[in-house]
Amino acid sequence: MKNRAIALYSALGFGYAFLYLPIVLLVIYSFNASRLVTVWGGVSTKWYGELLADEKILDAAWLSLKVAVLNATISTFLGTLAAVVLVRFRRFAGRTLFTGMITAPLVMPEIITGLAMLLLFVAMEQTFGWPAGRSMTTIVIAHVTFSLSFVTVVVQSRLAQMDVSLEEAAMDLGARPVKVFLVITLPIIAPALLAGWLLSFTLSIDDVVISSFVTGPGSTTLPIVIFSKVRLGVSPEINALASIVVAIVSIGILIFGIIVQRQEAERVRSLKTASDRG
Amino acid sequence: MAPPSVKQHVFAPWNDPDAKPLIRIEGVSKSFGDFSAVNKVDLDIYPGEFFSLLGASGCGKTTLLRMLAGFEIPSEGSISIDGVDMTDIPPYERPVNMMFQSYALFPHMTVEQNVAFGLKQDRMPKARIAERVKAVLDLVQMSSLAARKPQQLSGGQRQRVALARCLAKEPKVLLLDEPLAALDKKLREQTQLELVNIQDRVGITFVMVTHDQEEAMTMSARIGVMNAGSIEQVGTPVEIYEYPATTFVADFIGTANMFDGVVALDEQSHTVVDCQELDARLVVGHSSGVAVGAPVTVMVRPEKMMVQREPPEERVNCAHGVVSDIAYLGDISIYHVRLASGRKVQVALTNLRHTSEQRLTWDDEVYLTWHPANSLVLVQ
Amino acid sequence: MTNGLPLRPPHPQAPKMRASGGLRAFSRRWGRALVGLPPYAWLALFFLIPFLIVLKISFSETQAAVPPYQPLIGWAEDAVLQIRLNLGNYRYLFEDELYFDAYLNSLKIAGLSTLCCLLIGYPMAYAIARAPRTIRTPLLMLVVLPFWTSFLIRVYAWMGILKNEGLLNAFLLWTGLIDQPLQMLETDFAVYVGIVYSYLPFMVLPLYATLEKMDLSLLEAAADLGCRPFRAFRSVTLPLSIPGMIAGSMLVFIPAVGEFVIPDLLGGPDTLMIGRVLWSEFFDNRDWPVASAVAVAMLVLLVAPIMIFQHTQNKSGETS
Repeated sequence: MKNRAIALYSALGFGYAFLYLPIVLLVIYSFNASRLVTVWGGVSTKWYGELLADEKILDAAWLSLKVAVLNATISTFLGTLAAVVLVRFRRFAGRTLFTGMITAPLVMPEIITGLAMLLLFVAMEQTFGWPAGRSMTTIVIAHVTFSLSFVTVVVQSRLAQMDVSLEEAAMDLGARPVKVFLVITLPIIAPALLAGWLLSFTLSIDDVVISSFVTGPGSTTLPIVIFSKVRLGVSPEINALASIVVAIVSIGILIFGIIVQRQEAERVRSLKTASDRG
Repeated sequence: MAPPSVKQHVFAPWNDPDAKPLIRIEGVSKSFGDFSAVNKVDLDIYPGEFFSLLGASGCGKTTLLRMLAGFEIPSEGSISIDGVDMTDIPPYERPVNMMFQSYALFPHMTVEQNVAFGLKQDRMPKARIAERVKAVLDLVQMSSLAARKPQQLSGGQRQRVALARCLAKEPKVLLLDEPLAALDKKLREQTQLELVNIQDRVGITFVMVTHDQEEAMTMSARIGVMNAGSIEQVGTPVEIYEYPATTFVADFIGTANMFDGVVALDEQSHTVVDCQELDARLVVGHSSGVAVGAPVTVMVRPEKMMVQREPPEERVNCAHGVVSDIAYLGDISIYHVRLASGRKVQVALTNLRHTSEQRLTWDDEVYLTWHPANSLVLVQ
Repeated sequence: MTNGLPLRPPHPQAPKMRASGGLRAFSRRWGRALVGLPPYAWLALFFLIPFLIVLKISFSETQAAVPPYQPLIGWAEDAVLQIRLNLGNYRYLFEDELYFDAYLNSLKIAGLSTLCCLLIGYPMAYAIARAPRTIRTPLLMLVVLPFWTSFLIRVYAWMGILKNEGLLNAFLLWTGLIDQPLQMLETDFAVYVGIVYSYLPFMVLPLYATLEKMDLSLLEAAADLGCRPFRAFRSVTLPLSIPGMIAGSMLVFIPAVGEFVIPDLLGGPDTLMIGRVLWSEFFDNRDWPVASAVAVAMLVLLVAPIMIFQHTQNKSGETS
């Protein structure tokens, strides 16, 4: 029994080391004054300084942020509608096609989606003259197309778990269907919407393959910049950038974790009062 | 079992030819694909009535209730409430409210907000909403917990809030879908009487769905027993128990001993049935209204049988067998008597004396008899 | 029992009600259309049509123009509709072994990486699922957390570790295990490391979900019936966690097969993967028709089987 526990926890420890060691090393070496990875040239923040002076990177980061927010918002809207359709409407014309179009992006290699999107934009430009060239618009459209499925899956599972009689009760008490959705359904599935928004934000800000296909001159996202730099080899500037990303994500997760912890404590407390009274 | 309640003597609009039903269900059927959930149901429910739909799960009772609420639309037939055809009226415009089995309290709203929800939909002025919410919460004794969220309430408290939320809108009809199923036994029995009292005070017509016959008999003025999508019998608890219309009802409500036979004589005051199985003539104290020679079933309730060790003088209303099982329930004991034909008959005897003094034991040979007035002819 | 918005089936026996009920159903149908239309239209326009275009272009011929392919349908001089269906791109895929090798190699790399993920991920998921309840969520969060940092950066982190003058080689030289730097970056090994590293969380999550849901009294029953712990694991826990293993393997295998970034950054020039081939056909050779043909082949040989597999999985899941 004891040996088994030791074996299990060492497996866990190895797993975490595997997951975190590369990131930790990256952060440490971002403070290395030397350009060479193996040589420790003393602690320095000069790469951060260079990074913040690099307008190309800053512009790309700003564009990525805009794209991610736009994408997350549009995908959450469309994905929620799609989830409602899939969970609440049992039968309608073209349901199989619809389900197929929702699940296909989940298993589609990015490279195919990227190629297909670009060919569509080229064909559209030839036929209608829109979109004129590739820009932020085309990137957002492409990102929404694949993020939307992920949002749908997240919201769909939450919606399917929800007690349908809550909606029926609201309708029974005199609320019309649209109002039922806004006042009852939406608040109850809100956590799933938030999760879907964050997920599609992350997918978008992380995407390099699809963006590379549908981007045009003047609309370079952060991953595209990083990718083109990294392809040439290790760069200390990118180490600094990576460290900043890690810091932002860690702080975000920390705050999120604290909020979840608080809610959990609240829930436990309220359950306790219920059983006391019951 | 249930004594006839006092209410029934004064309140019986279904016997009054001039009374107008509040709910009129005419030839209603509902099918889901190939499955027919409700089959040609006709039913009138009167104002102020506490009506129960009783049946096993899957008998269509919930579907019928949901058609009253407007969540399902009948495939055939029509439902009218207070003289208005409900077919085209969506749930949110019906003068009907439903209490759900899961209570369906909105988890993101407080007790107060839950109760006020329906009134807000009616655009009632704020002051009046507050007044009304307080009144119904007082009625169900939940005013002190008005600021709580549903998750912070016990099962019994949630049930009260769900009731208050429906009552707040003063519907013409309140529909209750297994309202007590989620409560434990003790609390359920206590709540049954409370619910009846509240119904008495507010005077709203209640239609309840339940699978628990004791619950239905305790609470309702009338019961509709459902089986496979149809209503088998509608009647007061006494009628349903003492005079079941079909073998299904006889068997579903309580326990019934049934003997098959053929009619030998049918008079105004009694019927005589020849029963080969018992090798006896059965005399039943009412007219069966069927021709001589027709096959019928004679039903006798376990508590209406008498037990003796000596053979009776006449082989009339008599069965002979051996005690095969005894179930001691405290207040009564159920004796299972195996007849020569192999059929098992149940007899319930009140334990007037201490068990140690019980006279009957396993393998005792006994004769069962009953009075003609305590048996019933069921036409097959 | 049913959805809150039931569709009333037409019923010929009740003509009076059908007319009025039809009116209600009519307005409801419009409401539903309004909800369904935006996502439906979006996916049809931006997901379905693009694939038809890819299919179309895969049949056309390359030409040095903008865009670099010949139209499939054209008007000849005497106003006769001409359809130039060119199967050459596909023939080319079959004739040049490069494509077939790349396809097989992608399957091999993705398959082996999935196996590695399973071997590393299973003990982790098991340990988390059997850890005290209070620390399960934090432990799980720790597995998911790297996913939220940039994928590109995580792959990049391995470049610094694996290269010849990188940290791992420096470490190995320092311990004296080797006296020459090992070539690790730009090899298949690096690609495996990169894929396992990137997709490990996707393996752990579904495994954890099934292991955590598992009824522990089953193990108690096994022990009660005389089963020793390891045997109980093999004959109870392992078979019951198969759904989680399948789900996790799909989540790793599917994106790994079409992976481009990892083989491009960590792999050598001879690390052939189908995604990389498509990329270079498109960006380096500017051969859109052949790239499209590769995409169509990938769809048919890869995506379609996966979707059919998942579909049957869901179907059997529903019935059981």
